[in-house]
Amino acid sequence: MIKFILIRLLQAVPVLFTVVLVTFFIIRQAPGGPFDSEKAVSPYVLEKLNERYQLNDPVHVQFGNYLVDIIQGDFGPSFTYPTRSVSEMIFTGLPVTFELAINALLVALLIGIAAGLIAAIKKNTAADYVSMSTAMIGICMPSFLLGPILILVFGIYLEWLPVSGWGYSDGDKILPSITLGAAYAAYIARLTRGGMLEVLGQDYVRTARAKGLAEHVIIFKHTLKAGLLPVVSFLGPAIAGLLSGSFVIETIFQIPGLGRFYVDAAFNRDYTMIMGTTIFFSVLIVAFNLLSDIIAVMLNPRLSYNEEQM
Amino acid sequence: MASIPSTRQNPTASSSIDIVEGRSLWQDALSRLKQNKLAMTGLYFLSFMILIALLTPWIAPYSYETQNLDMGATGPSWAHWLGTDTFGRDLLTRIMYGGRVSLMVGFVATAVALVIGVLWGAIAGYVGGKTDAIMMRTVDILYALPFMIFIILLMVVFGRSMLLLFLAIGCVEWLTMARIVRGQVRVVRKQEYINAAIAMGLSHWHIITRHVIPNILGPIIVYVTLTIPSVMLLEAFLSFLGLGVQPPESSWGLLISYGVESMEEYPWLIIFPGAVLSLTLFALNFLGDGLRDALDPKASKD
Repeated sequence: MIKFILIRLLQAVPVLFTVVLVTFFIIRQAPGGPFDSEKAVSPYVLEKLNERYQLNDPVHVQFGNYLVDIIQGDFGPSFTYPTRSVSEMIFTGLPVTFELAINALLVALLIGIAAGLIAAIKKNTAADYVSMSTAMIGICMPSFLLGPILILVFGIYLEWLPVSGWGYSDGDKILPSITLGAAYAAYIARLTRGGMLEVLGQDYVRTARAKGLAEHVIIFKHTLKAGLLPVVSFLGPAIAGLLSGSFVIETIFQIPGLGRFYVDAAFNRDYTMIMGTTIFFSVLIVAFNLLSDIIAVMLNPRLSYNEEQM
Repeated sequence: MASIPSTRQNPTASSSIDIVEGRSLWQDALSRLKQNKLAMTGLYFLSFMILIALLTPWIAPYSYETQNLDMGATGPSWAHWLGTDTFGRDLLTRIMYGGRVSLMVGFVATAVALVIGVLWGAIAGYVGGKTDAIMMRTVDILYALPFMIFIILLMVVFGRSMLLLFLAIGCVEWLTMARIVRGQVRVVRKQEYINAAIAMGLSHWHIITRHVIPNILGPIIVYVTLTIPSVMLLEAFLSFLGLGVQPPESSWGLLISYGVESMEEYPWLIIFPGAVLSLTLFALNFLGDGLRDALDPKASKD
């Protein structure tokens, strides 16, 4: 178990190094520097700016410096907003994005597991078909379509809920969380149903039934843990998806989170900000994948042996 | 899909009436697929969309770009079945042209993923040993990267060109393909007919392309069908953010993002493009699920 975690931690190092390397060199290839603006800047000022941001050093020196800086948690100043540092902006946006992702994940888990359980227990009945068809709609309906439709229906026609913001008025967190969580609820429902059906078909479940255990005891005490394994393995990728899903949701609902900053930085060619957020997102995603792998192994220790044999 | 069984017909079947016509695995799969109503509906819908997309330049009711600012946005009518947008452009025409781009991104990017993934996975699985370990470790490392972010990065840095979009999305999706193919090849590799082929002195390249890959076509086809919708979704996502397909080109994602801007006054501008995109994704997913059940009855859990 500890060996497994160590192996996984060590594997994360080359991944993160690759992220930094690739990001750095892609940004270097960018046509048009951050100081190319419509207003002509005098060569002297440009020279000073380049010096200020160390753009005149050889590439490998710049990369080395950058690597040292980010290990210390310093992503440098933002190119677009010179008075603010990238780290500062990341940590302003992060709590918002995190809260959004957590809310969406809770929505997804609650609805997804409930719907999947019902579908598995009442297999091939109307309840099964309805929840699985709804899940399919959830998967095929992109968030950038669902969001506006929810805004239109609940915000504009019914006027039940606010259509933008985050924590500015009562209930403005509901629509973004549902929009972001919907597709994941759908995946989780399908995974739960599949996982539960497989477990419910096992011999030990037949034994449990034969000795007259109540159905709810069988479901919640004997099969749920094993049946939810696929959901646990899905959590890592899901969180990665929720974080990049925040790009769209935060744009639609005008939420001042990290995803919105990233999209803005992408449009403004704010190089340090793009690099900072890319690397930061990567670390988060690698960390969550690691975490979900570890939880999966704790639930099913056999997995770690497969890993070590590879 | 329908052309696959014909390549596998039993050549002797027609020569003598005494011989009971053999049913290949592909024919079995096709008959299973035909019983799946949802999958067949998906297949018909998809064929219809592809046909429309191919014929668009000839059958589109209006010109794609002609603006009529005096008319502005109007709701569905006999002249404009799906209404017009704020510039007075016919929405049906724009959805048809947008579909060409969306479907093309789906198919081309999946083709890129298919070629890289199948070759990578087949070589790794066939050669085995250290080569396999190194190649699959590379896939593992790439797998852990946050690709959505990297595609955005590429689109920002290198300009928002269609070619780059194809390549960038294709380069993401090949990883899963490589894993699936490699797993299948490792199974096929141990079969006797591969040993026989080696004993007959066939080149490795010949064995991979003529004997290994044809025997793992089933899972590949299934995965391809399921990759196309996820690629189309990715393209729509990027276009929605303004980082994918750029005007004057259009795609369903882009039409939806225009629709959002004025959905309060003109809801049809988001409803119709949204419905077309969702229905197409629906059709592809149902077809993919149906194909999986048809080609690999063991894998379907219920």
